[in-house]
Amino acid sequence: MSKIGVFVCHCGENISATVDCAKVAETVGNYDGVAFSVDYTYMCSDPGQNLIKSAIKEKGLTGVVVASCSPRMHEPTFRKACAEAGLNPFMCEMANLREHCSWVHDKGEATTEKAIDLVRILVEKVKYNHSLNDIKVPVTKTALVIGGGIAGIQASLDIANTGHKVILIEKDPSIGGHMSQLSETFPTLDCSQCILTPRMVEVAQHPNITLYTYAELESLEGFIGNFKAKIRKKSKSLDEKLCTGCGLCTTKCPVKKIPSEFNEGLGKRTAIYVPFPQAIPNKPVIDRINCTYYIKGKCKVCEIVCPTKAIRFDQEDEIVEAEVGAIVISTGFTVKQPDFFPEYGYGKYPDVITGLQFERLASASGPTLGEIRRPSDGKVPEKIVFLACAGSRDPAKGIPYCSKICCMYIAKHAMLYQHKVHGGKSYVFYMDIRAGGKMYEEFVRRAIEDDGVNYVRGRVSRIYEKNGKLIVSGADTLLNAMPVEIEADMVVLATAGVANEGAEELAQKLHISYDPYKFFAEAHPKLKPVETNTAGIFLAGACQAPRDIPESVAMASGAAVKVAGLFSQDELTREPIIAVVNRQAAPVYSSCVGCFLCVSACPYQAIEKEEIKNRNGEVIKSMAKVNPGLCQGCGTCVAFCRTKSIDIQGYTHEQMYTEVMALLNEY
Amino acid sequence: MTLGLYPGCSLKGSSREYAESVITVAKAFNINLEEIKDWNCCGATAAHNMNKELSLALPARILSLAEKQGLKEIVVPCAACYSRLTMTKYELAKDPELKAAVTDANGLEYTGSVNVLNIIQMLDKYITPNLDGRVIKPFDHRVACYYGCLLVRPHEILKFDREEDPQSMDVLMLKAGATPIDWAFKTECCGAGLSVSRTSSVGRLSGKIIGDAKDRGAEAVIVACPMCHSNLDMRRDAINSYLGEKIDIPVLYITQAIGLALDLDRKALGLQRHFVKVTV
Repeated sequence: MSKIGVFVCHCGENISATVDCAKVAETVGNYDGVAFSVDYTYMCSDPGQNLIKSAIKEKGLTGVVVASCSPRMHEPTFRKACAEAGLNPFMCEMANLREHCSWVHDKGEATTEKAIDLVRILVEKVKYNHSLNDIKVPVTKTALVIGGGIAGIQASLDIANTGHKVILIEKDPSIGGHMSQLSETFPTLDCSQCILTPRMVEVAQHPNITLYTYAELESLEGFIGNFKAKIRKKSKSLDEKLCTGCGLCTTKCPVKKIPSEFNEGLGKRTAIYVPFPQAIPNKPVIDRINCTYYIKGKCKVCEIVCPTKAIRFDQEDEIVEAEVGAIVISTGFTVKQPDFFPEYGYGKYPDVITGLQFERLASASGPTLGEIRRPSDGKVPEKIVFLACAGSRDPAKGIPYCSKICCMYIAKHAMLYQHKVHGGKSYVFYMDIRAGGKMYEEFVRRAIEDDGVNYVRGRVSRIYEKNGKLIVSGADTLLNAMPVEIEADMVVLATAGVANEGAEELAQKLHISYDPYKFFAEAHPKLKPVETNTAGIFLAGACQAPRDIPESVAMASGAAVKVAGLFSQDELTREPIIAVVNRQAAPVYSSCVGCFLCVSACPYQAIEKEEIKNRNGEVIKSMAKVNPGLCQGCGTCVAFCRTKSIDIQGYTHEQMYTEVMALLNEY
Repeated sequence: MTLGLYPGCSLKGSSREYAESVITVAKAFNINLEEIKDWNCCGATAAHNMNKELSLALPARILSLAEKQGLKEIVVPCAACYSRLTMTKYELAKDPELKAAVTDANGLEYTGSVNVLNIIQMLDKYITPNLDGRVIKPFDHRVACYYGCLLVRPHEILKFDREEDPQSMDVLMLKAGATPIDWAFKTECCGAGLSVSRTSSVGRLSGKIIGDAKDRGAEAVIVACPMCHSNLDMRRDAINSYLGEKIDIPVLYITQAIGLALDLDRKALGLQRHFVKVTV
């Protein structure tokens, strides 16, 4: 006979304002098998927990139902309290009287009746609960970091500095990401590369970091502590051990007019190339799409000039398999291109550029060596217009969110322009100035007050070209929406920051969720900002939402601490909420008939075939067996099983049936 | 073959030449345009500012009459009428309750089966494919194709052309032998109904359009909307006084320009009816 204790929580007024908690406790106290029931203001408080513990000891309870908030909040608290009193923690269940009842209904009889129903369901379920024990799994203490921008670099270094191994993969030929493209950084105007490149070098030299550039994740299997990653190292057409990085090949390559990705199309590169002088690794790759040899079958100039004979035209992609315990995703973001904006000419005006292109123009390592010269004819623009919110905060364009970094970088751009082009005139069209951050607002004021940037509050409806000028036609909403027209020499669009192309595909490979804009989703918007819903996979930087450098770095360090915390244990404890195939005495062995539909249904490859043999070694029964290390308890196999031979521990068929019947049968 | 025709008020009055040119061009390709009998006002801009149900009931009645007359497809040359009829089809298709209310108010059955074509779609579907060998006098001029607001908006509903930088008229004019210019004012506001109430505003707004067309060397402006036409043509005095110069670039309906390329009779195309003399 069960001896169940029911503990009804008021949650201050959260529950008791609409539910008559005393009545719930009293009614449920009369049910069969309920040995004790009580209501209390805060069950999660120390006295509340002590109430549970002493009841277990004094009444010899065999099961506990706490009727309070969602199990997502306090299930660990109450299970731990039960365990401390000597009861198996999985004999404790929670009835959610708050989110499922008091918060969503008005005060009244019916609400209290529903609360009683919810408790009764769990009381009946607990009667069929069994003691369960946590599962222990080993931890592979190597982390995989995907994406070598500033977030990935920071996360890799932080993890590596705790003494753990890191594999950092980067899809481009060099690490550095967008930060390596930037000229100066706000709000201090320090040179981006000057502060970034030491970190890049540190990554290259760190004994705990293995760096794979020009590499992408091919596939991922496994679970927290025990992932198996396949990494595709794209062929660089180069023997990296032989290459000394002398650069002779890049100077001799005859294909010289490929728009440089690093310079956002404003500069050119060769087919065999190093993206930028401070690249890590500073060894070239051959871009096979543009290389004459791969197109026409002849050329091989690079092979001829290479002093160490390092060129390998027939090199193939290599798949590297790695076992890792945790993953940090830091794949970053991209910006919308001007061809997204019909009203601004669909990208047909060469002097309408993106903010990232302006960074390259302003950068000393850029195509103009840091002089602000417009792309069309190389003239120094005398009048320049910056457009904030190009695409951002525009539901009609499908981008209702704020891209967050633009207000600051536009102030920086305008400032840099004023510093470099004396006597030049700069205008910023903005909706609101969002400069929340340390020294940010002061920075924007400096642009306006010290550097004389003209801020116009309003939107631009159209840009068109006339007599060699770009006519920027908009409104000044501080002057009663007065139409404003500026004849500009160059226009910079602060185009929206968006998720990378292929973000969705990567998320599916990793089994993590993403938001409607394809940014990766954090597990909780406030309390779990670097975790994903998949245990052991963490987020850093702008792959989660538009982020500036300080935020990306902070997030990366946060993710690194999570990884280090995970790696501080030799074994991980997992809840035993997993599938099991029933076993019975011989000669039946199990109701499983060995159809193995479950094997194909399992998304985690957790089910294998088990053979039962007689003494002569002959197979007398084939049946399914769940690997407890791999099973995630999703229940797909349960639904597929034709003979109902699989149960999820803690959520068995018997328990589910009992719950439904408890709800249907008036007590 | 026969297509239905919904002329609307303009084509019976201030833009008779549009109707004449549409009918003349259609006839040249053996297309008979059958007018919807007992048609009524489309509601234009007035109705949908006053009463949503009324603004849908008026076009719905027109479409019901077309159905009753056995017409499967109708041409609506006026951009405003086209917008209202298309909008009505869209609204009624997604809201059965509204459809029932409107049907009830009109006392006429409405199934939404009639296909509504604007003039560009009609030309694309029935004239362009048969154009080979028919362009006798190529319209060899630099033209500024002006789309205005209603022909291509709202894109979500009309699903026609690109809303900020439309191309369909340019493509058609290219086929008629013209050289469409790349210009910036294809969809700028012409001033629309202010034509009557604030002519000076129309002078300013349409002035920018005509001014830019002239600056870029256009010899004719091509339109597909009676409202656009009257502002750019009839209000040329106001435009010229805003610009401070006399600009005599003519404004032609696309059907007139195509008619000229086909060497159809100038009078049948109604070219004599314009305020700005058509010299091209």
